[in-house]
Amino acid sequence: MTNPGGKYQLPLPARMGLAAEFYRYCKAHELRFQRCTDCGAWRHLPRPMCPECGSFNYQWARASGRGKVYSWITVVQPMLPAFNDAVPYIVPLVDMEEGVRMVAMLEGVAPEAMHIGMAVEVYFEDATPEITLPRFRKAR
Amino acid sequence: MAHFLKDKVCVVGVGETKYTRGTASTTLQDALEASAKALADAGLKPHDIDGIVSNAGLAPAPETLAANLGIRELKFAVGNTVGGGAGACAGLQIAATAIAAELATTVLMPVGWHSYSGLRVRKLGSEVDLTTVPGPIGATIADFYMPQGAFVPAHFYGWMATRYVQEYGVKPQSAAAVALAARRHCHLNPLAYMRGRPLTLEDYLNSRIISYPFRLNDCCLETDGACAIVMTTAERARDLRKPPVYISGCAEGHPYPDDDFGARTDLLHIGLTDAAPKAYAMAEVTPADLDFAEVYDCFTYVVLIELEALGVCKRGEAGDFVRGGAIELGGRLPILTHGGLLSEAHLAGASHIVEAVRQLRRECGERQVKDAEVGVVTGWGDFGDGSIAILRR
Repeated sequence: MTNPGGKYQLPLPARMGLAAEFYRYCKAHELRFQRCTDCGAWRHLPRPMCPECGSFNYQWARASGRGKVYSWITVVQPMLPAFNDAVPYIVPLVDMEEGVRMVAMLEGVAPEAMHIGMAVEVYFEDATPEITLPRFRKAR
Repeated sequence: MAHFLKDKVCVVGVGETKYTRGTASTTLQDALEASAKALADAGLKPHDIDGIVSNAGLAPAPETLAANLGIRELKFAVGNTVGGGAGACAGLQIAATAIAAELATTVLMPVGWHSYSGLRVRKLGSEVDLTTVPGPIGATIADFYMPQGAFVPAHFYGWMATRYVQEYGVKPQSAAAVALAARRHCHLNPLAYMRGRPLTLEDYLNSRIISYPFRLNDCCLETDGACAIVMTTAERARDLRKPPVYISGCAEGHPYPDDDFGARTDLLHIGLTDAAPKAYAMAEVTPADLDFAEVYDCFTYVVLIELEALGVCKRGEAGDFVRGGAIELGGRLPILTHGGLLSEAHLAGASHIVEAVRQLRRECGERQVKDAEVGVVTGWGDFGDGSIAILRR
Protein backbone atom coordinates (compact mmCIF):
# COMPACT_ATOMS: atom_id res chain seq x y z
CA MET A 1 0.00 0.00 0.00
CA THR A 2 1.79 3.09 -1.14
CA ASN A 3 0.90 6.14 0.83
CA PRO A 4 2.91 8.97 -0.64
CA GLY A 5 4.02 11.62 1.80
CA GLY A 6 1.95 10.22 4.64
CA LYS A 7 2.25 8.08 7.70
CA TYR A 8 1.39 4.38 7.33
CA GLN A 9 -2.38 4.15 7.95
CA LEU A 10 -3.32 0.48 7.95
CA PRO A 11 -3.53 -1.85 10.96
CA LEU A 12 -0.27 -3.41 12.10
CA PRO A 13 0.19 -6.98 13.35
CA ALA A 14 -0.17 -7.56 17.09
CA ARG A 15 2.95 -9.78 16.92
CA MET A 16 1.92 -12.11 19.73
CA GLY A 17 4.03 -15.15 20.61
CA LEU A 18 5.69 -16.87 17.64
CA ALA A 19 4.20 -14.32 15.23
CA ALA A 20 6.84 -11.89 16.51
CA GLU A 21 9.55 -14.16 15.11
CA PHE A 22 7.87 -14.33 11.70
CA TYR A 23 7.81 -10.53 11.56
CA ARG A 24 11.39 -10.21 12.81
CA TYR A 25 12.50 -12.01 9.65
CA CYS A 26 10.16 -9.85 7.55
CA LYS A 27 11.96 -6.80 8.91
CA ALA A 28 15.14 -8.25 7.41
CA HIS A 29 13.17 -8.74 4.15
CA GLU A 30 13.33 -12.49 4.54
CA LEU A 31 10.30 -14.71 4.18
CA ARG A 32 10.75 -17.62 6.52
CA PHE A 33 8.33 -20.32 7.63
CA GLN A 34 8.78 -22.84 10.40
CA ARG A 35 10.16 -26.18 9.26
CA CYS A 36 10.25 -29.24 11.48
CA THR A 37 13.84 -30.40 11.94
CA ASP A 38 12.64 -33.94 12.68
CA CYS A 39 10.24 -34.71 9.81
CA GLY A 40 10.96 -31.80 7.49
CA ALA A 41 7.34 -30.58 7.24
CA TRP A 42 6.84 -26.87 6.61
CA ARG A 43 4.21 -24.99 8.56
CA HIS A 44 2.52 -21.59 8.63
CA LEU A 45 0.88 -20.09 10.76
CA PRO A 46 3.59 -20.33 13.42
CA ARG A 47 2.94 -23.05 16.02
CA PRO A 48 4.98 -24.60 18.87
CA MET A 49 4.34 -28.19 17.72
CA CYS A 50 4.69 -29.92 14.36
CA PRO A 51 1.17 -31.06 13.40
CA GLU A 52 2.67 -33.83 11.23
CA CYS A 53 4.97 -35.57 13.74
CA GLY A 54 4.48 -33.90 17.12
CA SER A 55 8.02 -32.56 17.36
CA PHE A 56 8.80 -29.31 19.16
CA ASN A 57 12.01 -28.88 17.13
CA TYR A 58 12.03 -26.50 14.20
CA GLN A 59 13.99 -23.93 12.31
CA TRP A 60 12.88 -20.78 10.54
CA ALA A 61 13.64 -21.89 6.99
CA ARG A 62 13.99 -19.50 4.09
CA ALA A 63 11.08 -19.66 1.61
CA SER A 64 11.18 -18.87 -2.09
CA GLY A 65 8.39 -16.28 -1.85
CA ARG A 66 6.75 -17.73 -4.94
CA GLY A 67 3.29 -19.21 -5.14
CA LYS A 68 -0.01 -19.54 -6.97
CA VAL A 69 -3.37 -17.98 -6.17
CA TYR A 70 -5.83 -20.47 -4.58
CA SER A 71 -8.62 -17.95 -3.96
CA TRP A 72 -9.07 -14.24 -3.22
CA ILE A 73 -11.37 -11.46 -2.14
CA THR A 74 -11.73 -8.04 -3.66
CA VAL A 75 -12.72 -5.70 -0.85
CA VAL A 76 -14.87 -2.86 -2.15
CA GLN A 77 -16.42 -1.42 1.00
CA PRO A 78 -13.84 -0.35 3.58
CA MET A 79 -14.77 -1.85 6.95
CA LEU A 80 -12.43 0.56 8.74
CA PRO A 81 -11.73 4.22 7.89
CA ALA A 82 -8.04 3.31 7.55
CA PHE A 83 -8.93 1.40 4.37
CA ASN A 84 -10.86 4.26 2.74
CA ASP A 85 -8.02 5.03 0.34
CA ALA A 86 -7.04 1.40 -0.14
CA VAL A 87 -10.27 0.07 -1.72
CA PRO A 88 -10.73 -1.75 -3.95
CA TYR A 89 -7.97 -4.05 -2.80
CA ILE A 90 -7.31 -7.75 -3.37
CA VAL A 91 -6.34 -10.25 -0.69
CA PRO A 92 -5.48 -13.67 -2.13
CA LEU A 93 -4.80 -17.00 -0.48
CA VAL A 94 -1.61 -18.23 -2.06
CA ASP A 95 -0.28 -21.79 -2.28
CA MET A 96 3.42 -21.24 -1.65
CA GLU A 97 6.04 -23.48 -3.24
CA GLU A 98 6.88 -24.96 0.18
CA GLY A 99 3.32 -26.32 0.50
CA VAL A 100 1.95 -23.82 3.01
CA ARG A 101 -0.70 -21.23 2.24
CA MET A 102 -0.25 -17.55 2.98
CA VAL A 103 -2.44 -14.43 3.14
CA ALA A 104 -1.20 -11.03 1.96
CA MET A 105 -2.47 -8.11 -0.10
CA LEU A 106 -1.79 -8.29 -3.81
CA GLU A 107 -0.58 -5.10 -5.40
CA GLY A 108 -0.72 -4.02 -9.01
CA VAL A 109 -3.31 -6.45 -10.38
CA ALA A 110 -6.76 -5.36 -11.55
CA PRO A 111 -9.72 -7.23 -9.99
CA GLU A 112 -10.95 -8.40 -13.39
CA ALA A 113 -7.54 -9.94 -14.17
CA MET A 114 -7.67 -12.27 -11.14
CA HIS A 115 -7.76 -16.01 -11.68
CA ILE A 116 -7.00 -19.20 -9.80
CA GLY A 117 -3.43 -20.32 -10.40
CA MET A 118 -2.03 -16.82 -11.06
CA ALA A 119 1.70 -16.84 -10.25
CA VAL A 120 2.64 -14.30 -7.59
CA GLU A 121 5.70 -13.47 -5.48
CA VAL A 122 6.36 -11.85 -2.12
CA TYR A 123 7.95 -8.45 -1.67
CA PHE A 124 8.31 -6.44 1.52
CA GLU A 125 6.80 -3.14 2.54
CA ASP A 126 8.46 -1.26 5.40
CA ALA A 127 5.33 0.02 7.11
CA THR A 128 7.06 1.64 10.11
CA PRO A 129 10.66 1.71 11.32
CA GLU A 130 9.81 -1.37 13.45
CA ILE A 131 7.40 -3.34 11.28
CA THR A 132 7.72 -4.72 7.76
CA LEU A 133 4.87 -6.56 6.06
CA PRO A 134 4.98 -9.14 3.28
CA ARG A 135 2.88 -8.33 0.20
CA PHE A 136 2.25 -10.13 -3.07
CA ARG A 137 2.77 -8.87 -6.59
CA LYS A 138 2.45 -10.64 -9.92
CA ALA A 139 5.46 -12.91 -10.49
CA ARG A 140 8.09 -11.38 -12.71
CA MET B 1 -27.99 -50.91 17.26
CA ALA B 2 -29.34 -47.42 17.62
CA HIS B 3 -27.04 -44.71 18.90
CA PHE B 4 -27.53 -44.12 22.64
CA LEU B 5 -28.46 -40.44 22.09
CA LYS B 6 -31.06 -41.06 19.40
CA ASP B 7 -34.48 -39.74 20.46
CA LYS B 8 -33.49 -39.79 24.16
CA VAL B 9 -33.87 -36.06 24.67
CA CYS B 10 -36.56 -33.62 23.51
CA VAL B 11 -36.92 -29.91 23.04
CA VAL B 12 -39.93 -29.06 25.17
CA GLY B 13 -39.94 -25.28 25.31
CA VAL B 14 -38.92 -22.38 23.10
CA GLY B 15 -39.23 -18.63 23.49
CA GLU B 16 -37.83 -15.35 22.31
CA THR B 17 -37.88 -11.59 22.76
CA LYS B 18 -38.80 -9.11 20.06
CA TYR B 19 -36.09 -8.64 17.45
CA THR B 20 -35.02 -5.02 17.05
CA ARG B 21 -32.23 -2.76 15.96
CA GLY B 22 -31.56 -0.64 18.97
CA THR B 23 -32.56 -1.60 22.49
CA ALA B 24 -32.69 -0.20 26.01
CA SER B 25 -32.41 -3.73 27.41
CA THR B 26 -29.37 -5.82 28.35
CA THR B 27 -28.46 -9.26 27.04
CA LEU B 28 -29.07 -10.61 30.57
CA GLN B 29 -32.58 -9.18 30.70
CA ASP B 30 -33.33 -10.41 27.17
CA ALA B 31 -31.94 -13.89 27.89
CA LEU B 32 -34.09 -14.07 31.04
CA GLU B 33 -37.22 -12.89 29.20
CA ALA B 34 -36.70 -15.51 26.47
CA SER B 35 -35.98 -18.17 29.13
CA ALA B 36 -39.17 -17.33 31.03
CA LYS B 37 -41.15 -17.66 27.81
CA ALA B 38 -39.50 -20.95 26.92
CA LEU B 39 -40.27 -22.32 30.40
CA ALA B 40 -43.90 -21.18 30.15
CA ASP B 41 -44.10 -22.78 26.70
CA ALA B 42 -42.98 -26.07 28.27
CA GLY B 43 -45.21 -25.69 31.30
CA LEU B 44 -42.16 -25.72 33.57
CA LYS B 45 -40.98 -23.47 36.41
CA PRO B 46 -37.44 -22.05 36.71
CA HIS B 47 -36.61 -24.42 39.57
CA ASP B 48 -37.25 -27.37 37.25
CA ILE B 49 -34.03 -26.42 35.44
CA ASP B 50 -30.89 -28.13 36.70
CA GLY B 51 -28.56 -27.51 33.78
CA ILE B 52 -27.64 -24.46 31.69
CA VAL B 53 -25.69 -24.26 28.45
CA SER B 54 -24.70 -20.77 27.33
CA ASN B 55 -24.04 -20.40 23.65
CA ALA B 56 -20.57 -19.39 22.46
CA GLY B 57 -20.16 -16.66 25.02
CA LEU B 58 -23.17 -14.84 23.58
CA ALA B 59 -25.42 -15.40 26.57
CA PRO B 60 -24.66 -14.42 30.16
CA ALA B 61 -22.77 -16.95 32.28
CA PRO B 62 -24.78 -19.96 33.50
CA GLU B 63 -24.12 -18.93 37.11
CA THR B 64 -25.61 -15.47 36.50
CA LEU B 65 -28.65 -16.93 34.80
CA ALA B 66 -29.13 -19.47 37.59
CA ALA B 67 -28.91 -16.77 40.24
CA ASN B 68 -31.63 -14.76 38.51
CA LEU B 69 -33.84 -17.76 37.83
CA GLY B 70 -33.60 -18.95 41.43
CA ILE B 71 -32.07 -22.28 40.51
CA ARG B 72 -30.80 -23.58 43.87
CA GLU B 73 -29.09 -26.69 42.55
CA LEU B 74 -27.35 -26.23 39.22
CA LYS B 75 -25.90 -29.63 38.36
CA PHE B 76 -24.52 -28.97 34.89
CA ALA B 77 -23.17 -25.70 33.50
CA VAL B 78 -21.38 -25.01 30.23
CA GLY B 79 -20.36 -21.42 29.78
CA ASN B 80 -19.01 -21.29 26.28
CA THR B 81 -19.86 -23.67 23.46
CA VAL B 82 -17.55 -23.68 20.46
CA GLY B 83 -17.61 -22.01 17.15
CA GLY B 84 -19.71 -18.80 17.19
CA GLY B 85 -22.84 -19.55 15.20
CA ALA B 86 -22.10 -23.27 15.37
CA GLY B 87 -22.59 -23.02 19.13
CA ALA B 88 -26.38 -23.32 19.20
CA CYS B 89 -26.64 -26.73 17.52
CA ALA B 90 -23.46 -27.81 19.31
CA GLY B 91 -25.22 -26.73 22.51
CA LEU B 92 -28.12 -29.07 21.73
CA GLN B 93 -25.59 -31.88 21.49
CA ILE B 94 -23.98 -30.93 24.80
CA ALA B 95 -27.35 -30.67 26.55
CA ALA B 96 -28.64 -33.91 25.03
CA THR B 97 -25.49 -35.73 26.10
CA ALA B 98 -25.73 -34.40 29.65
CA ILE B 99 -29.41 -35.35 29.93
CA ALA B 100 -28.95 -38.81 28.38
CA ALA B 101 -26.05 -39.40 30.78
CA GLU B 102 -28.30 -38.36 33.69
CA LEU B 103 -26.00 -35.51 34.71
CA ALA B 104 -29.02 -33.21 34.54
CA THR B 105 -32.70 -33.72 33.79
CA THR B 106 -33.77 -30.40 32.30
CA VAL B 107 -31.38 -28.03 30.54
CA LEU B 108 -31.93 -24.42 29.50
CA MET B 109 -29.99 -22.93 26.59
CA PRO B 110 -30.46 -19.17 26.22
CA VAL B 111 -28.84 -17.05 23.53
CA GLY B 112 -28.94 -13.31 24.08
CA TRP B 113 -27.07 -11.23 21.60
CA HIS B 114 -27.14 -7.55 20.80
CA SER B 115 -25.35 -7.88 17.49
CA TYR B 116 -26.62 -4.43 16.49
CA SER B 117 -26.26 -2.41 19.70
CA GLY B 118 -23.52 -4.47 21.35
CA LEU B 119 -20.77 -6.61 19.85
CA ARG B 120 -21.02 -6.01 16.11
CA VAL B 121 -19.10 -8.59 14.16
CA ARG B 122 -18.46 -6.05 11.42
CA LYS B 123 -16.57 -4.00 14.01
CA LEU B 124 -13.91 -6.66 14.56
CA GLY B 125 -10.62 -4.85 14.70
CA SER B 126 -12.09 -1.41 15.30
CA GLU B 127 -14.44 -1.36 18.28
CA VAL B 128 -13.59 -4.98 19.09
CA ASP B 129 -9.95 -5.61 20.07
CA LEU B 130 -9.02 -8.78 18.20
CA THR B 131 -6.37 -9.77 20.71
CA THR B 132 -9.14 -10.13 23.29
CA VAL B 133 -11.51 -12.22 21.13
CA PRO B 134 -11.81 -15.61 22.81
CA GLY B 135 -11.27 -18.82 20.89
CA PRO B 136 -8.93 -19.61 18.06
CA ILE B 137 -9.61 -16.84 15.56
CA GLY B 138 -8.70 -13.56 17.27
CA ALA B 139 -4.94 -14.05 17.28
CA THR B 140 -4.86 -15.31 13.69
CA ILE B 141 -6.75 -12.27 12.46
CA ALA B 142 -4.77 -9.81 14.58
CA ASP B 143 -1.39 -11.13 13.49
CA PHE B 144 -1.84 -12.38 9.94
CA TYR B 145 -5.13 -11.33 8.32
CA MET B 146 -5.89 -7.83 9.54
CA PRO B 147 -2.59 -6.22 8.49
CA GLN B 148 -3.42 -7.54 5.01
CA GLY B 149 -6.95 -6.10 5.03
CA ALA B 150 -9.00 -9.22 5.87
CA PHE B 151 -10.70 -9.04 9.26
CA VAL B 152 -14.49 -9.53 9.11
CA PRO B 153 -16.58 -12.60 8.19
CA ALA B 154 -17.41 -11.14 4.76
CA HIS B 155 -13.68 -11.36 4.07
CA PHE B 156 -12.97 -14.87 5.39
CA TYR B 157 -16.07 -16.46 3.91
CA GLY B 158 -15.41 -14.48 0.74
CA TRP B 159 -12.25 -16.54 0.17
CA MET B 160 -14.43 -19.64 0.30
CA ALA B 161 -17.17 -18.16 -1.85
CA THR B 162 -14.71 -16.98 -4.52
CA ARG B 163 -13.19 -20.45 -4.72
CA TYR B 164 -16.69 -21.94 -4.94
CA VAL B 165 -17.79 -19.52 -7.66
CA GLN B 166 -14.59 -20.09 -9.66
CA GLU B 167 -14.61 -23.87 -9.28
CA TYR B 168 -18.26 -24.39 -10.20
CA GLY B 169 -19.30 -21.31 -12.17
CA VAL B 170 -21.95 -20.37 -9.61
CA LYS B 171 -23.99 -17.34 -10.69
CA PRO B 172 -25.17 -14.48 -8.46
CA GLN B 173 -28.72 -15.55 -9.34
CA SER B 174 -28.19 -18.71 -7.27
CA ALA B 175 -27.10 -16.76 -4.21
CA ALA B 176 -30.04 -14.44 -4.88
CA ALA B 177 -32.42 -17.42 -4.74
CA VAL B 178 -31.38 -17.96 -1.11
CA ALA B 179 -31.78 -14.29 -0.18
CA LEU B 180 -35.16 -14.09 -1.91
CA ALA B 181 -36.50 -17.31 -0.32
CA ALA B 182 -35.54 -16.06 3.14
CA ARG B 183 -37.17 -12.72 2.44
CA ARG B 184 -40.40 -14.23 1.09
CA HIS B 185 -40.68 -16.53 4.10
CA CYS B 186 -40.05 -13.73 6.58
CA HIS B 187 -43.17 -11.90 5.44
CA LEU B 188 -45.13 -14.78 7.04
CA ASN B 189 -43.29 -14.43 10.36
CA PRO B 190 -44.60 -11.67 12.67
CA LEU B 191 -41.23 -11.61 14.52
CA ALA B 192 -39.08 -11.05 11.44
CA TYR B 193 -37.20 -7.77 11.32
CA MET B 194 -37.50 -7.46 7.52
CA ARG B 195 -41.18 -8.43 7.41
CA GLY B 196 -43.05 -6.29 4.90
CA ARG B 197 -39.87 -5.04 3.22
CA PRO B 198 -39.83 -6.64 -0.22
CA LEU B 199 -36.69 -7.77 -2.00
CA THR B 200 -36.68 -8.47 -5.76
CA LEU B 201 -34.02 -10.09 -7.92
CA GLU B 202 -33.37 -6.67 -9.41
CA ASP B 203 -32.90 -5.16 -5.92
CA TYR B 204 -30.49 -7.98 -5.13
CA LEU B 205 -28.43 -7.59 -8.29
CA ASN B 206 -28.31 -3.82 -7.81
CA SER B 207 -27.22 -4.01 -4.17
CA ARG B 208 -23.66 -2.82 -3.68
CA ILE B 209 -20.68 -5.16 -3.53
CA ILE B 210 -19.29 -5.35 -0.01
CA SER B 211 -16.46 -7.73 -0.72
CA TYR B 212 -16.46 -9.79 -3.90
CA PRO B 213 -18.48 -11.95 -4.38
CA PHE B 214 -20.76 -10.69 -1.58
CA ARG B 215 -23.36 -8.04 -2.29
CA LEU B 216 -25.13 -6.31 0.57
CA ASN B 217 -28.08 -8.69 0.23
CA ASP B 218 -25.83 -11.74 0.55
CA CYS B 219 -25.04 -10.66 4.11
CA CYS B 220 -27.09 -11.38 7.23
CA LEU B 221 -28.69 -8.83 9.52
CA GLU B 222 -27.36 -7.44 12.76
CA THR B 223 -30.15 -7.23 15.37
CA ASP B 224 -30.81 -7.21 19.12
CA GLY B 225 -32.72 -9.89 20.98
CA ALA B 226 -32.62 -13.30 22.62
CA CYS B 227 -34.15 -16.74 22.39
CA ALA B 228 -34.12 -19.76 24.64
CA ILE B 229 -34.58 -23.50 24.35
CA VAL B 230 -35.52 -26.00 27.08
CA MET B 231 -34.68 -29.69 26.81
CA THR B 232 -35.48 -32.71 28.96
CA THR B 233 -35.76 -36.50 28.81
CA ALA B 234 -38.16 -38.01 26.28
CA GLU B 235 -39.93 -39.65 29.21
CA ARG B 236 -40.59 -36.33 31.00
CA ALA B 237 -41.35 -34.59 27.72
CA ARG B 238 -44.46 -36.70 27.14
CA ASP B 239 -46.12 -35.18 30.23
CA LEU B 240 -45.37 -31.55 29.40
CA ARG B 241 -47.50 -28.88 27.82
CA LYS B 242 -46.43 -29.08 24.16
CA PRO B 243 -45.83 -32.06 21.85
CA PRO B 244 -42.22 -33.22 22.28
CA VAL B 245 -39.70 -32.61 19.51
CA TYR B 246 -37.05 -35.33 19.53
CA ILE B 247 -33.33 -34.77 19.03
CA SER B 248 -32.81 -37.72 16.69
CA GLY B 249 -29.31 -36.94 15.55
CA CYS B 250 -26.64 -34.38 16.31
CA ALA B 251 -22.98 -33.82 15.51
CA GLU B 252 -20.31 -31.17 15.21
CA GLY B 253 -17.37 -30.87 12.84
CA HIS B 254 -14.24 -28.77 12.64
CA PRO B 255 -12.31 -28.14 9.46
CA TYR B 256 -8.53 -28.55 9.60
CA PRO B 257 -6.79 -26.39 10.58
CA ASP B 258 -9.55 -24.72 12.56
CA ASP B 259 -7.53 -21.62 13.50
CA ASP B 260 -6.40 -20.66 9.99
CA PHE B 261 -9.14 -20.34 7.41
CA GLY B 262 -6.68 -19.73 4.62
CA ALA B 263 -4.61 -22.85 5.11
CA ARG B 264 -7.22 -25.51 4.29
CA THR B 265 -6.21 -27.89 1.53
CA ASP B 266 -9.83 -27.83 0.36
CA LEU B 267 -11.58 -24.67 1.50
CA LEU B 268 -14.96 -26.19 0.62
CA HIS B 269 -14.51 -29.05 3.09
CA ILE B 270 -16.32 -27.43 6.00
CA GLY B 271 -17.14 -28.63 9.50
CA LEU B 272 -20.59 -29.72 8.34
CA THR B 273 -19.02 -31.96 5.68
CA ASP B 274 -17.81 -34.22 8.50
CA ALA B 275 -20.73 -33.66 10.86
CA ALA B 276 -23.70 -34.31 8.56
CA PRO B 277 -23.09 -38.01 7.83
CA LYS B 278 -22.71 -38.70 11.56
CA ALA B 279 -26.00 -36.97 12.36
CA TYR B 280 -27.86 -38.84 9.60
CA ALA B 281 -26.45 -42.13 10.86
CA MET B 282 -27.50 -41.35 14.43
CA ALA B 283 -31.00 -40.32 13.36
CA GLU B 284 -31.21 -43.19 10.85
CA VAL B 285 -32.49 -40.88 8.14
CA THR B 286 -31.20 -39.67 4.77
CA PRO B 287 -31.35 -36.23 3.16
CA ALA B 288 -34.43 -37.45 1.24
CA ASP B 289 -36.32 -37.77 4.55
CA LEU B 290 -35.99 -34.06 5.39
CA ASP B 291 -39.15 -31.96 5.21
CA PHE B 292 -37.34 -28.64 5.75
CA ALA B 293 -33.87 -27.29 6.49
CA GLU B 294 -33.03 -24.33 8.72
CA VAL B 295 -29.54 -23.81 7.30
CA TYR B 296 -27.25 -21.33 9.02
CA ASP B 297 -27.26 -18.33 6.70
CA CYS B 298 -24.65 -15.78 7.67
CA PHE B 299 -24.08 -15.40 3.92
CA THR B 300 -26.08 -16.76 0.97
CA TYR B 301 -23.10 -18.56 -0.58
CA VAL B 302 -22.43 -20.31 2.73
CA VAL B 303 -25.96 -21.75 2.50
CA LEU B 304 -25.19 -23.20 -0.94
CA ILE B 305 -22.02 -24.85 0.35
CA GLU B 306 -23.87 -26.20 3.41
CA LEU B 307 -26.65 -27.69 1.25
CA GLU B 308 -23.94 -29.69 -0.49
CA ALA B 309 -22.30 -30.69 2.80
CA LEU B 310 -25.76 -31.83 3.94
CA GLY B 311 -25.93 -34.15 0.94
CA VAL B 312 -29.09 -32.42 -0.32
CA CYS B 313 -27.27 -32.06 -3.61
CA LYS B 314 -23.86 -33.03 -4.94
CA ARG B 315 -20.85 -30.78 -4.70
CA GLY B 316 -21.12 -27.90 -7.13
CA GLU B 317 -24.82 -28.50 -7.76
CA ALA B 318 -26.50 -26.34 -5.11
CA GLY B 319 -26.48 -23.36 -7.46
CA ASP B 320 -28.84 -25.19 -9.80
CA PHE B 321 -30.82 -26.81 -6.98
CA VAL B 322 -31.88 -23.53 -5.36
CA ARG B 323 -33.12 -21.92 -8.56
CA GLY B 324 -36.72 -22.62 -9.50
CA GLY B 325 -38.36 -22.65 -6.08
CA ALA B 326 -37.03 -25.90 -4.55
CA ILE B 327 -36.03 -24.09 -1.34
CA GLU B 328 -39.23 -22.08 -0.94
CA LEU B 329 -42.34 -23.08 1.00
CA GLY B 330 -44.16 -25.65 -1.13
CA GLY B 331 -40.89 -26.64 -2.82
CA ARG B 332 -38.86 -29.84 -2.51
CA LEU B 333 -36.93 -28.67 0.57
CA PRO B 334 -38.01 -25.35 2.08
CA ILE B 335 -35.18 -23.59 3.89
CA LEU B 336 -35.16 -20.69 6.34
CA THR B 337 -38.92 -20.83 6.84
CA HIS B 338 -38.66 -18.02 9.44
CA GLY B 339 -36.48 -15.78 7.31
CA GLY B 340 -33.18 -16.77 8.89
CA LEU B 341 -30.30 -14.49 9.75
CA LEU B 342 -30.81 -12.88 6.37
CA SER B 343 -34.34 -11.61 7.03
CA GLU B 344 -35.61 -12.53 10.51
CA ALA B 345 -32.82 -11.71 12.99
CA HIS B 346 -29.32 -12.79 14.01
CA LEU B 347 -29.51 -15.02 17.06
CA ALA B 348 -26.38 -16.97 16.18
CA GLY B 349 -28.37 -20.00 15.07
CA ALA B 350 -30.67 -20.34 18.06
CA SER B 351 -33.73 -18.97 16.27
CA HIS B 352 -33.23 -21.66 13.61
CA ILE B 353 -33.76 -24.27 16.34
CA VAL B 354 -36.80 -22.40 17.68
CA GLU B 355 -38.33 -22.32 14.19
CA ALA B 356 -37.64 -26.01 13.55
CA VAL B 357 -39.34 -26.92 16.82
CA ARG B 358 -42.42 -24.85 15.94
CA GLN B 359 -42.55 -26.36 12.45
CA LEU B 360 -42.49 -29.86 13.90
CA ARG B 361 -45.24 -28.93 16.37
CA ARG B 362 -47.10 -27.50 13.37
CA GLU B 363 -47.57 -24.12 15.03
CA CYS B 364 -46.37 -22.02 12.11
CA GLY B 365 -49.64 -20.89 10.55
CA GLU B 366 -49.20 -19.46 7.08
CA ARG B 367 -45.57 -20.56 6.85
CA GLN B 368 -46.21 -24.11 8.08
CA VAL B 369 -44.47 -26.83 6.08
CA LYS B 370 -47.28 -29.27 5.38
CA ASP B 371 -47.05 -32.56 7.29
CA ALA B 372 -43.57 -31.72 8.65
CA GLU B 373 -42.16 -34.81 10.37
CA VAL B 374 -38.37 -34.42 10.19
CA GLY B 375 -36.27 -31.28 9.90
CA VAL B 376 -32.62 -30.35 10.03
CA VAL B 377 -30.92 -27.37 11.65
CA THR B 378 -27.31 -26.43 10.98
CA GLY B 379 -24.85 -24.13 12.68
CA TRP B 380 -21.80 -22.42 11.24
CA GLY B 381 -19.31 -20.14 12.87
CA ASP B 382 -15.84 -18.77 13.40
CA PHE B 383 -13.68 -20.10 10.55
CA GLY B 384 -16.18 -22.75 9.37
CA ASP B 385 -16.97 -24.84 12.43
CA GLY B 386 -20.14 -26.79 11.73
CA SER B 387 -22.90 -28.34 13.77
CA ILE B 388 -26.13 -30.11 12.95
CA ALA B 389 -29.26 -31.36 14.68
CA ILE B 390 -31.88 -33.59 13.12
CA LEU B 391 -35.20 -33.11 14.86
CA ARG B 392 -38.47 -35.04 14.52
CA ARG B 393 -41.93 -34.85 16.00
